[in-house]
Amino acid sequence: MAIANVAEPLPLLRVRGVEKRYAAPVLTDLDLDLRGGEIHALMGANGAGKSTLSRIVCGLTTPDRGTMSLGGEPYQPHSRRAAQRAGVQLVMQELNLVPTLSVAENLFLTDLPGRFGFVAVAALLARAVEALTALGLNELDPRTAVSRLGIGQQQLVALAAALAHPCRVLVLDEPTAALTSAEIELAFAHLRRLRAAGTAILYISHRLEEIRQISDRITVLRDGRVVATQPAADAALDEIVRLMVGERAVGALDQRDHSPGDVALRVEGLTRGKRLRNVSFEVRKGEILGLAGLVGSGRTETVRAIFGADRTHAGRVSRGPGPPLTIAGPKDAVRAGIGMIPEDRKEQALLLSQPVRMNMTLAVLPAFVRRRWWIDDARELRAANELRLRLDVRSHSLNQRAGELSGGNQQKVVIARWLLRECDVLLFDEPTRGIDVAAKIAVYRVLNELAARGKALVVVSSELAELMALCDRIAVMSAGRLVTTFARGEWSEDAIVAAAFSEYAGRGDTARRGRVDSC
Amino acid sequence: MLKPPTAADRGDSPAVRSLPRIAEYLGLMAVLVLLVALFSALSAHFFSRITFTTLANQIPSLTVIAVGMTLVLIAAGIDLSVGSVMALGSAVLALARVEWQLPLSVAVALCLAVGLLAGLANGFITVRWAVPSFIVTLGMLEVARGGAYLVSESRSVFVGAAMGRVGMPLPVIGLSPAFILAVLVVFAGEVLLSKTILGRYIVAIGTNREAVRLSGIDPRPVVVSVFALSGLLAGLGGVFHVAYLESADPNSGIGLELSAIAAVVIGGTSLMGGRGSVVSSFLGVLIIAVLQTGLAQIGATEPAKRIVTGAVIVAAVILDAYRHTLGNRREHD
Ligand SMILES: Nc1ncnc2c1ncn2[C@@H]1O[C@H](COP(=O)(O)OP(=O)(O)OP(=O)(O)O)[C@@H](O)[C@H]1O
Ligand SMILES: [Mg+2]
Repeated sequence: MAIANVAEPLPLLRVRGVEKRYAAPVLTDLDLDLRGGEIHALMGANGAGKSTLSRIVCGLTTPDRGTMSLGGEPYQPHSRRAAQRAGVQLVMQELNLVPTLSVAENLFLTDLPGRFGFVAVAALLARAVEALTALGLNELDPRTAVSRLGIGQQQLVALAAALAHPCRVLVLDEPTAALTSAEIELAFAHLRRLRAAGTAILYISHRLEEIRQISDRITVLRDGRVVATQPAADAALDEIVRLMVGERAVGALDQRDHSPGDVALRVEGLTRGKRLRNVSFEVRKGEILGLAGLVGSGRTETVRAIFGADRTHAGRVSRGPGPPLTIAGPKDAVRAGIGMIPEDRKEQALLLSQPVRMNMTLAVLPAFVRRRWWIDDARELRAANELRLRLDVRSHSLNQRAGELSGGNQQKVVIARWLLRECDVLLFDEPTRGIDVAAKIAVYRVLNELAARGKALVVVSSELAELMALCDRIAVMSAGRLVTTFARGEWSEDAIVAAAFSEYAGRGDTARRGRVDSC
Repeated sequence: MLKPPTAADRGDSPAVRSLPRIAEYLGLMAVLVLLVALFSALSAHFFSRITFTTLANQIPSLTVIAVGMTLVLIAAGIDLSVGSVMALGSAVLALARVEWQLPLSVAVALCLAVGLLAGLANGFITVRWAVPSFIVTLGMLEVARGGAYLVSESRSVFVGAAMGRVGMPLPVIGLSPAFILAVLVVFAGEVLLSKTILGRYIVAIGTNREAVRLSGIDPRPVVVSVFALSGLLAGLGGVFHVAYLESADPNSGIGLELSAIAAVVIGGTSLMGGRGSVVSSFLGVLIIAVLQTGLAQIGATEPAKRIVTGAVIVAAVILDAYRHTLGNRREHD
């Protein structure tokens, strides 16, 4: 960090006067310098234009105006492939792995090792194991199809794929949004090695602590313009947040009354092969229960099993004192008053090519009906508009396609869908993935409000700080088991992390080693 | 940030919502007008009332089948069995009328029931065993064709006047009741698609079925009803077909599924599901019909007719793909 002050090093990647507009201007007269051997954080509210800029740098989008140069040469990539050839790698916000191919094939999709036109399987697997181990994914079989991985594991695979290829410039668009601190530490150790080797890294994230840990300089983007670029060492976080969101007040969370009522959901002995082993817990009315654990520890499997999204081999789910429910599918769960927000918005929640309003009202359409069959457009529109204001969804109209929104705004649409449906039990899987600081607070408020109205909430999150701010209790999962539950006031970050590792014998060591490296 | 819905949101104000739609129709209508003008220039007899009424009275079966096909394609399925199911329905209808001497209404009901059953079977098998509808309906294509041969003992059955006036031109306007009914089915299909919950679910399932399932909506009954509807409409197509030809031929409707798919795709419905319009499919049917009639009138040979029709289908789809990328440049990252 100190070296930068001696002499201004020449930027490796130089962006000048870049503009891009879709229906409205997205990037305006944007300049950015990326130096070799720096980790440069790009920050901005949802829809500020971060992903658009990274797509331009990586050849996925052509700017309307402006120039770029790479190592002094003019740089004008026309495709992602061209950018890769020039040494520019990207990990995209909305992951684009090929679900039917194996992890190994996805890792080396652009340069599969081959012999006489056939894939050299042994060589591929060896390289894959190496790439995965570097990120602590020792337990992941590289022959697994990507479609069977959770979103956190997919994120790690995408990261591993980028890191396994030598590059001069690496663009990471929210690479850690679904990762827990343990995985992040390993990833950071790797990034620091790359930085030492002279790679320029553009790092996009909404997690402020992370930015402070890893970055050398910070650029803040607001409404498509650069509002500040400064060394990370001098940056005050509240100042950055203010620059990002402008006059939008961030505010603090109101204290909620933490006195839960009767049991609203009882889960007993939930089992699903090795991924879920005998999980039992209760949630009360007005209570928020957090589920913590490493990526792949069974948090998502738990909420999916309760919701009936996957088959379980054993276990019972009941609503409070009532008899066990028979949940053959999500429809039964919803009928029993249980809702779920899935972790993967693109594959499991959104209708990307359909309008925002249709996405918001999908789960409650029968409520907007006139004379049995007809959709009451006016009422539907009013409801969708209220949701948009409540969650501050940035779209230029409610008829805009959901796929055109920025990642964070898409996530807000997914949350909106379940707010209209009055479920008594709500299961949130990574509800704030990709959401900016100000909007996170808005989401927390919504969750608190739901709890205050007597709903029972289960929140899965990889961000411990988030769970500790929201929850009444935090249950920790490890290798498919629910190992402990902490009540508010009893928990500490270290205790939770220790519990999260408790069921992994070998893996814990590697992860901890990663942590030591990075200090 | 507190603002009321903007004009662009107010999809319910017809001016806004139907704008892109009307533009879509305009494109297809322009193609239609162009074709009519072209053939009128090439052949002295083309531009006449008799050409148009004859043409209209030929297409009711294809029209209603294309309506069903549109819904199936939007739900990201495909129904290859429609031509055979139509033939099976026709055979049953002729048998009921001629052999069993049943009243017209009962015979028609039987024909529709046959179509509905075939469609229900398609839908049920598709969702029960989660098999691609392509395979299931390919099987049904064979099964129903075999059934048609069985029922008719592989012979064409003459029905004559036993179908009443369903397929005959009405006195003054020259159009048949069948054509008028088919147009009504088109509008009913469009309303179903754009105004009802079922229609909304069909579009949603075609876009992302897993998302629909995880929203607490069981997609299976919706898929079954879409195939059932397609089968029912194939049965109705059979009624129109027999009424028009005054006979039932077990070989009828061979390749009809491809004409239907062609018409639907010309109308801009996506084969990948999630997007399409029934009225556009009707315009697609008209385009194909005008092309065939016009080519016949200018004396084109059968091979030439086929080559031109094929080229037009591909051109229409390219045009649609082009128009679609213009509006949708975001590389879903
Ligand atoms: N194809 C498109 N059509 C219309 N608008 C688009 C398109 N692509 C991007 N936009 C708009 O550009 C703006 C910036 O989007 P971008 O994805 O770059 O935001 P972001 O800073 O990455 O936000 P987030 O933090 O939510 O990921 C958004 O308002 C988005 O709606
Ligand atoms: Mg983004």
